[in-house]
Amino acid sequence: MNSSTENLFDLRPLLRGSGQTVGVFLALICLIIFGLMRYENFGGAYNIASFLNYNAMFILISIGMCLVIITGGIDLSVGSVAAFSSVCAAYLSPYGLQVALPAGILAGLAFGALNAFIILALRVPPFIATLATLLGAKGGSLVLSGAETIAVDWGSNFTRLGMEKAFNIVPWSILIVLLVAIVAWVVLERSSLGRTLLAVGGGEEASSLMGLEVGRAKAFAYLFSGACAGLAGVFLASGFGAGQPLEGVGWELSAIASVVVGGTLLTGGLGSITATVIGALLLGLVFNILNFENGRGTISLSAYWQQVIRGAFLFLVILLQMRVAKQRSVTGATLENAG
Amino acid sequence: MNTRVAPSVVDRKPKEGIAWRTLLGRYGTLIALAVLLLVNILITPNFLQWQTLFVNISQVATIAIVAVGMTLVIATGGIDLSVGAVMALAGALAPLIFGSAFGMANPVLGLVLAIALPLLAAMACGLFNGLMISVMRVQPIIATLILFISGRGIAQVLTNGNLQTFSHPAFSYIGTGRVLGLPFQGWLAVAIAALVFWLVTRTIHGRHLLAVGGNERAAELSGVPVRRVKIGVYIICAFLSGIAGLVVVAINSASDAARNGNLMELDAIAAAVVGGALLQGGRAPVFGALLGAVIIQLVKYTLLANGIEDEVALIAKAGIIVAAVALQQGRRE
Repeated sequence: MNSSTENLFDLRPLLRGSGQTVGVFLALICLIIFGLMRYENFGGAYNIASFLNYNAMFILISIGMCLVIITGGIDLSVGSVAAFSSVCAAYLSPYGLQVALPAGILAGLAFGALNAFIILALRVPPFIATLATLLGAKGGSLVLSGAETIAVDWGSNFTRLGMEKAFNIVPWSILIVLLVAIVAWVVLERSSLGRTLLAVGGGEEASSLMGLEVGRAKAFAYLFSGACAGLAGVFLASGFGAGQPLEGVGWELSAIASVVVGGTLLTGGLGSITATVIGALLLGLVFNILNFENGRGTISLSAYWQQVIRGAFLFLVILLQMRVAKQRSVTGATLENAG
Repeated sequence: MNTRVAPSVVDRKPKEGIAWRTLLGRYGTLIALAVLLLVNILITPNFLQWQTLFVNISQVATIAIVAVGMTLVIATGGIDLSVGAVMALAGALAPLIFGSAFGMANPVLGLVLAIALPLLAAMACGLFNGLMISVMRVQPIIATLILFISGRGIAQVLTNGNLQTFSHPAFSYIGTGRVLGLPFQGWLAVAIAALVFWLVTRTIHGRHLLAVGGNERAAELSGVPVRRVKIGVYIICAFLSGIAGLVVVAINSASDAARNGNLMELDAIAAAVVGGALLQGGRAPVFGALLGAVIIQLVKYTLLANGIEDEVALIAKAGIIVAAVALQQGRRE
């Protein structure tokens, strides 16, 4: 509880999450410099645009996942919810973006509400509940699409979202992701709801005894995560020109990895949106650089290696986080209550 | 992540309606089985035939074998998401070994190694999970996520993602053999369940296991080797997953690393939970897991045999898992 929360222009909360955020940020910068020096097309407009466009979806679901993990929960359903929403959006694309975009987000919200209902009303542990909605959303999108990709209508303005740039500078998807990140950051760092989210993750029973609206905070987290997944699904359909019921496998893992890389404790009660976004970018960049290396012929990694590397990366991050957590418990847990 | 639902003082529900929930909780599994059988007899064509029994036994065995391991893990309050990946890994290794030049030259030794080495690799995976969870104190869901992601990747790297087909009657026996007229792997599943049941109910290890799941701190203070118990259950679970992986490969006479054991973690968790395992730990209903596996398999079969799409079966499975866990939570209040 420091006084910095009074000052809107204090940038310290941006880098909260202690040394790990700074470390992740430095790692990101180093990787970018490495890439710029080693590959000539790395800094090219095409690579940057396609990198950001592709990772926009992962940043989105990572932001949603971050809020859920802060409450001490987990949302495994994000990938298949995104796939479901991409199918919905693709079907509605002839009516234009103004219909397909809200519909996709609404589809995500619906699954978020379902998650919240199962977790809060039926008292099923989050991990089991969202595993079930993962299956449900997957089944739903397969039934809806007949297990085939659904082409979007190229005649309408739907594909502009994923393929064109705002004011000819920034891809629309990046702009929207930035907006979502800012909203999430403001909620987490500047609102009482954000404080409740952190408190719930720190100790659910204590929060409830303190009179905090535990249920409402948790419901918000799952709804937000669902909406993010829905939006990611719309990006998927719009950017790749098709609703893809089979996409989204393993997305939840990427999101969890990004959140963990960003220094958010999986036990809840601590987390940062900024660090999560940086974490997602770092994770995406690792694969971007691996692709470049493959292209140069230095290494020749099949697509199967990606999974192995992803797992190894998660392992590495957990090792790092263990050390950080240990140091923290030695030096006193003051940082963890900063929110 | 805190999977425990804190029983708060404020919102305890009145006792009404508890009676039927208790009843449903206690006998729900048996009632569900009876209803499923009845429905099938009424609507599924040719249900009461030997062929149906054979098909179901040969398919349920792998779920049951993994579910028994999962039940032990859940009894310690943990979870193992890596079972499907471990199945893929073990399944990918076996044909590589008996199909190698050495395996061809020494058929008997090759066969023995083709069964032993994959199981050892599986146990190594279990050891990794166990060490991460008990020594490094990583939450089980995250720790086992690592192998869940990369284990299948390793299997695909080993096989270049190719489907490995083979013809090896001796090896295929574990998936296609018959003992007393019934599929070999069915007997294997029952034997494993019996052995594990004996382990849980009649040995000190079983008592330790339940103590760890009931209250880890208390168990530790009273001298239970908590770390060893936890590492042990993850090794056993991985070992059983390895066996299931070999059985699947033997059934198909082919190993497909992309599909072997895919979504098995869900089936196994569902079977364990339907069988009465508490996600909070402290209970290890081994034969319940067997029963749970039968129910999961019967639901799948019912939908499939009545021409309902696979995708709808997914939704049904999701519903079963939620219903089973929600009923459990009701019973605990």
